[in-house]
Amino acid sequence: MSLLEIRSASKSFGSLLAVDDVSLTVEAGELHAIIGPNGAGKTTFFNLISGLLKPTAGHVIFEGKDVTDRKPADRVGLGMARTFQITEIFPELTVRENIRIPVEAAAGLKLSPWMPSHTGDTVATRIDELVRMGELAGMADRLVGELSHGDQRSTEIMMALALNPRLLLLDEPTAGMGDQETYSISRLIRRLHRDKGLTIVLIEHDMRVVFNLADRISVLDRGRRLAEGDPKEIAANAAVQAAYLGKTV
Amino acid sequence: MKAAANPTVQTFLVCILLLAMPYWMPFVGGYTELSIRILVLGLAAMAVNFLLGFTGVLSFGHAAYFGLGAYGAGMAIKYFDFGTPLAILAGALAGTVAAAVVGRLIIHLRGVYFAMVTIAFGQVFYFIAFRWHSVTGGDDGLTNWHRMPLDIGFGQLDILGNDKALYYAVLAIFLAAVAAMAKLIHSPFGRTLVAIRENERRARFLGINVERHVWLSFVISCFFVSVAGALFALLNNFVDPRVLRWDLSGNLVIMVVLGGMRSFWGPLVGAALFVVLQDYVSSMTENWMSFVGIFFVLVVLFFPRGVLGLVGARSRP
Repeated sequence: MSLLEIRSASKSFGSLLAVDDVSLTVEAGELHAIIGPNGAGKTTFFNLISGLLKPTAGHVIFEGKDVTDRKPADRVGLGMARTFQITEIFPELTVRENIRIPVEAAAGLKLSPWMPSHTGDTVATRIDELVRMGELAGMADRLVGELSHGDQRSTEIMMALALNPRLLLLDEPTAGMGDQETYSISRLIRRLHRDKGLTIVLIEHDMRVVFNLADRISVLDRGRRLAEGDPKEIAANAAVQAAYLGKTV
Repeated sequence: MKAAANPTVQTFLVCILLLAMPYWMPFVGGYTELSIRILVLGLAAMAVNFLLGFTGVLSFGHAAYFGLGAYGAGMAIKYFDFGTPLAILAGALAGTVAAAVVGRLIIHLRGVYFAMVTIAFGQVFYFIAFRWHSVTGGDDGLTNWHRMPLDIGFGQLDILGNDKALYYAVLAIFLAAVAAMAKLIHSPFGRTLVAIRENERRARFLGINVERHVWLSFVISCFFVSVAGALFALLNNFVDPRVLRWDLSGNLVIMVVLGGMRSFWGPLVGAALFVVLQDYVSSMTENWMSFVGIFFVLVVLFFPRGVLGLVGARSRP
């Protein structure tokens, strides 16, 4: 059984067909990159996976369960977590507070009106662990809104990770970053994938990052799936080159 | 200034001031009943802020639940001869049940739409109280009843005749309610509310069922506001439909903004300023509200974080 399976998903906004009959299969432990020119429908497709949008047609199957009609919060409960192209964090809270909220959520404390005494330490340990993993130790008590873009992204990834997901969805994790930040975020992603065996699907514009990290790559163009394969196959694919260079095949 | 921004220091100062209030109030031109009004409206404003400041949801209809608390307590005494504690419970129950039902209907709305619908529901309760003369006394108010002395095990506390006794009884309830709110805000559940305030989309994608949590926050907030309403009825030995009306809802929001909605004690400070200003100015002119209005505009212009925002540092969480 594949971890994630998208069966002929389509999404239209009025007369615009943003995603047109796209299928995708992601195996457990795989790092799958989705690439494509601007306006290819990558983010819309991503939103279908994470539940922000509901497909007009098709199905989303996660761990054998049809989650097409499930809301985002439910999908999180089933083991999906995501980050956004424009970082979605709690800017007026500190790094530690940002990470604490998902850690407590994952510990089943969302509705708890007090901190059960025996879980306090477990939660604190888990927060410290994530702060270290995200290389945020030096700034753990600063407001996230004051941090650099790269550190905000790192916090956001740690928040997603705090949920103990079996599938991590990253929407352009290095968007708008300089070389140094891009390097450290891709190193972080590699660690999560190689060392923790986490299944990751990501959208990425930076081809160095994609060809460096991905096990498999899907190429979208104008809402349709143009190609799928390992990095070598994609690099050699004439249709993909054409889409990126704007030629017609 | 720095020490004054520390929440523990603030709490300590507030408790000292409240414990001694009936004794220093006369020196600043006040009287004990005014002190009780500050406590009662302070509790209501802090309850509004539970929703506004700590969940990020603006309700313009909290007077409805304040008023239901007041009518609930008043009618429990008038028609069923309830003692004081049971009357307060009856008021709280009336307000909370109504909030649970109304909340269920409106939680999917956000922002201005939510605020508008809360006003609308508030006005429904106002007109019911206004029209249903045989039960509520209509425009004349609910009269011919008064609070009963409080049994405290080893004796009676004469909250009817002794206004200081009433003050300390109300203060005990106020402190218990406020402690419960503080405890909730600093719990894992409270942090999910702050998460919703800060970034609703992120909260959803952390697995938080935003609608359920906003509903709970609304109901909790209305519970405390209806306790305040019940106390207000006991204080006045009288209830009239104005306690349900939209202008009281607006005043509660003004108190919150005056004091500072990101700070825990801000709304109490705002309520104190509002009540004192109202008492002082209304003894000189009928148009006291315009003075409160000018004061409000000045505060919003120059101290957008409210009076307590003045003492520096952002308040947690």
